[in-house]
Amino acid sequence: MPPDAMSPDPDGPVVSGFSRTGDDVVSGFSRTERLVPSYSQLRQSLARRDRSLRSKVMSIEDATSLVRDGDTVGIGGSTMSRTPMGMIWALIRARKSRLSCIRSIVSSDGDLLFGSRICDRITTSWFSQGILWGVSKVMRHHVETGAAAYDEWSHMAIGMRFRAGAMGLPFMPIRSMLGSDVLQQRPEAIEMICPYTREKLLLVPAINPDVALIHVQRCDEFGNAQIDGLPFMDIDLAMAANRVILTTERIVSNDQIRRAPDHTKIPFFAVDAVVELPFGCAPHECSGVYEPMMQHMESYVALVNGDPVDGMRQYLDQFVFGPSSWTGFLERIGVDELVRASRAGRSLDDA
Amino acid sequence: MHSEARVTASELLAILSARQLRDGQVVFAGVGIPLLAATLAQRLRCPGLTILFEGGVIGAFIEPGRLPPSTNDQRCTARANMVLGSAEVLLLLQRGYVDVGFMGGAQIDQYGNLNSSFIGDPARPKTRLPGTGGGNDISSLTSMIVAMKHEKRRFVENVDFITSPGWIRGRSSRCESGLGMGGMFRVVTELAVFDFDEETRRMRAIALNPGVSCEQVQANTGFPLVFASDLGETEAPSADELAMLRHLDPDRKYTA
Repeated sequence: MPPDAMSPDPDGPVVSGFSRTGDDVVSGFSRTERLVPSYSQLRQSLARRDRSLRSKVMSIEDATSLVRDGDTVGIGGSTMSRTPMGMIWALIRARKSRLSCIRSIVSSDGDLLFGSRICDRITTSWFSQGILWGVSKVMRHHVETGAAAYDEWSHMAIGMRFRAGAMGLPFMPIRSMLGSDVLQQRPEAIEMICPYTREKLLLVPAINPDVALIHVQRCDEFGNAQIDGLPFMDIDLAMAANRVILTTERIVSNDQIRRAPDHTKIPFFAVDAVVELPFGCAPHECSGVYEPMMQHMESYVALVNGDPVDGMRQYLDQFVFGPSSWTGFLERIGVDELVRASRAGRSLDDA
Repeated sequence: MHSEARVTASELLAILSARQLRDGQVVFAGVGIPLLAATLAQRLRCPGLTILFEGGVIGAFIEPGRLPPSTNDQRCTARANMVLGSAEVLLLLQRGYVDVGFMGGAQIDQYGNLNSSFIGDPARPKTRLPGTGGGNDISSLTSMIVAMKHEKRRFVENVDFITSPGWIRGRSSRCESGLGMGGMFRVVTELAVFDFDEETRRMRAIALNPGVSCEQVQANTGFPLVFASDLGETEAPSADELAMLRHLDPDRKYTA
């Protein structure tokens, strides 16, 4: 890339506050129009939802019917933490297709989404299994062959895109990504001259996912959800999405929720399904309950990075399609590993 | 605990970069060497150092031997002052609460731009790398320290792709791009310590590590280096620094 293509032309004409050329503004708008729903569309889709106080408890299999082929799917947690792995596992078993997934930082969950071919686009800020294991060969295989796309944004940009979606606004202005080639790859982001300060800002478009998958430590049957530890972007994600599927370590009574309302992070009226799924992040972690199952992760990474096609096929056969239930998957991870991870997770504050 | 006297390149990187931090600073640290080096500084010289992680942690206090596999893991939160959303902790950079960002690097160029996205043409990449994470936000919004291995293929004239901006194309180009604050401050390698010329914004060696020559640094760098007129020499790792580092990372998770 020539050096002068690396940053926008600082002398470019200012059109209606935008620093790109007239043509770019037009094409920028048309791209953005496809990306962001109008306010009336946004309000109508929320008005159509059943937001009543009712039990939303269902099986994991039934919850997969809330995800449609081609949906935009927001995924909660970050890297190996509070990843809704059980729900992803169930969507692979339900043989969904053409999902477009968005997450703050993607780990082996992204491998499985690409490797199973239920997802052909991942929007995130970082995608590999984890810093301990170098670059994911599964990610590389799918992206470098063009089989699937990885759309890269800065971490804060992903957060502000969910934030805009949660706020019912079409975009948020940010001060990062400017001057970088990350921006050059993202025509959806639009530079703007601030009408108050005349400073350059970057507008990032709202994300209102069709459906969000979020795993929490506990919630009641209505979907009042309590999150311990790092909340990541899950609150904005829940409020931005048009449907929310919660998986939870435990379903607790509404009385128990009411004893600690300051721990409730997602209100019931934003939730459409509640699935009780112990160890629902396995082999990733759930704060205060279990740490990542590192032995399983190590052998997984060795298998799929050894051969991203055949290794992935073996993993899916053995761990996703093989077991008859989520408990069967946990059995294959092994009791030793579950006990070790639980002990580590629950001794977090012992030091 | 490891007792061998030989200091690995990663250990040297952690110790030398830890010395760049000052007591009382607020540092936004990435996973790996930066997390370890910030913790080393906090335990040894800078008890008032406040460590931030992009998972959403303020005032991290990492337990020896329990280094987290990422800055989003629950291990990062144990004994911290505060946990918050990951967008919220990144917004602290934008608001200006962070004194210094601290990251590793895969590829850097003469103006301190970092690439962690693509090797080769982004349209048809030879290698797709993991990407920016918070790196772009940190380097866009605050002063940066980078700790990285010194190899010719990593120190290139111009990076294939600017993931995390340094001084862009030098001189005032960073500011003109809309990045009015921050910029690359120090690069620490196993060979030398670098700053950036205030006019040209090109990388400049300011100190060589013990036993390293200018020729050796230049031979491992893919562009002509500037050497400061008052070029110094860094002090070798002390016994205290090595002992604390090995106490923090007894399994050599980050310092193999």
